[in-house]
Amino acid sequence: MEGDIVQMGAYIGAGLACMGMGGAAVGVGNVAGNFLSGALRNPSAAAGQTATLFIGIAFAEALGIFSFLVALLLMFAV
Amino acid sequence: MATETHEAASEMAHDAAQAAGHAAESAGMPQLDFATFGNQIFWLLVTLVVIWWVLSRIALPRIGAVLADRQATIAGDLSAAEDYKAKAKDAEAAYEKALADARRQAQKIVAEARADIQKDLDAATAQADAEISARTVESEARIAEIRAGAMEAVETVAKDTALEIVAALGGKADAKTVGAAINARLKG
Amino acid sequence: MAEEAGTGLVFHPMDQFIVKPLFGDGPVHWYTPTNAMLWMAISVLAVILLLVIGTRGRAVIPTRIQSIAELAYGFIHKMVEDVAGKDGLKFFPYIFTLFLFIVFSNFLGLLPKAFTPTSHIAVTAVLAVLVFVTVTVVGFVKNGASFLGLFWVSSAPLALRPVLALIEVISYFVRPVSHSIRLAGNMMAGHAVIKVFAAFAPLVLMSGIGVVVTPLSIIAITAMYGLEMLVAFIQAYVFTILTCVYLKDALHPHH
Repeated sequence: MEGDIVQMGAYIGAGLACMGMGGAAVGVGNVAGNFLSGALRNPSAAAGQTATLFIGIAFAEALGIFSFLVALLLMFAV
Repeated sequence: MATETHEAASEMAHDAAQAAGHAAESAGMPQLDFATFGNQIFWLLVTLVVIWWVLSRIALPRIGAVLADRQATIAGDLSAAEDYKAKAKDAEAAYEKALADARRQAQKIVAEARADIQKDLDAATAQADAEISARTVESEARIAEIRAGAMEAVETVAKDTALEIVAALGGKADAKTVGAAINARLKG
Repeated sequence: MAEEAGTGLVFHPMDQFIVKPLFGDGPVHWYTPTNAMLWMAISVLAVILLLVIGTRGRAVIPTRIQSIAELAYGFIHKMVEDVAGKDGLKFFPYIFTLFLFIVFSNFLGLLPKAFTPTSHIAVTAVLAVLVFVTVTVVGFVKNGASFLGLFWVSSAPLALRPVLALIEVISYFVRPVSHSIRLAGNMMAGHAVIKVFAAFAPLVLMSGIGVVVTPLSIIAITAMYGLEMLVAFIQAYVFTILTCVYLKDALHPHH
């Protein structure tokens, strides 16, 4: 019984942790969208900044991955 | 997870089980199975060292050399092309020069010919002029001669006629006096 | 764990990451040949195939494989030169090694039944710690104590500097953590999601609703696979370019 409650809590926590992915989605969309609007205003400067774009996307996405990791830990390791 | 392939995994599962209480089916994440860490890290280091060795000993110098070669070849080709271009330009300049020379030569020849012709023409003209003037002189001389002859004849005729007239009029004509009178009259 | 008793679907999204011995069922010692070793060895072979066998012609006009090798060389060479500067080129073989290992592990891991070494924290943590140690050592060797100026933001107001220094120090030490978890997490997440969709695929054999679910899950697997191809490259790229950025910090700490 006690174990069931722990398991239930872990599953609920895993589900809650998945909300972090939404945040990461917003973040990645923000980065890409702002890059695009900047790039459309000054297309000649855009090519030099793709590396920065990918770094930004990677940083934003990493946090979403962290939340996914928390979910996995709760599901499989707790 | 239902796999019990090795003891370590089940040990891990037992550890997790103490918290969760449903150990039997939960082996945890394979990523957190510390028993496999040594194995992975060892083989990873081996892999990295092998890749690094292959790259720094064989692959990178070779690719770098190929790229440098290509750069040199392209640069060489470009400079050769530049040379050819310069040569073509030289040839064009030489051709232009030859053309200009030929034209100049032709002009010179034309001018020479013209000068020759002019000279011949001048000479012929001069000769003709000389001839004409010589003839004129000759003609004038003859005219003068003829005129002189005519004058003489007129004088003689006038003397003779005057003598005859004087004689006919019954006078005694002195040839000398008549001649002098006629001469005076003719002069006057 | 997540066994759906009712429908008989079996979810084992994490089974693909288990490290097992190639021969027999014994315990995994540090020297045991495992599937991790097998797939690392395959990526080594792929590297040799591409960069050594592929370029053995040394042709001025490259063959297809040679031009791929040259493309990879030029890509990383330019990245190191642009981000870390000319003096970063000493580390080019090291960075190229990291890039090739990660990119080949990622892509080979996408083959069905394959094992992805880079989906394991143990592997990516070693990679990230190697980078961290290298960068720190290079920073201190090149700049001496003035490398600590990296943490002292001289453009900020004086009162804020200790706070900023604390934040900078923390972020410096979090680097290897985020560096490694980003790679491992991305790889693990993609493969696990594909596996979850794959578990739905045989539903058509068990229940009527499968007529709808099975095609959907197959489409989802295909789409995820495409995304994973992109992620496999981008994560290798990001790992490499972050290594270059950290290296730049070590070589030129005064920003």
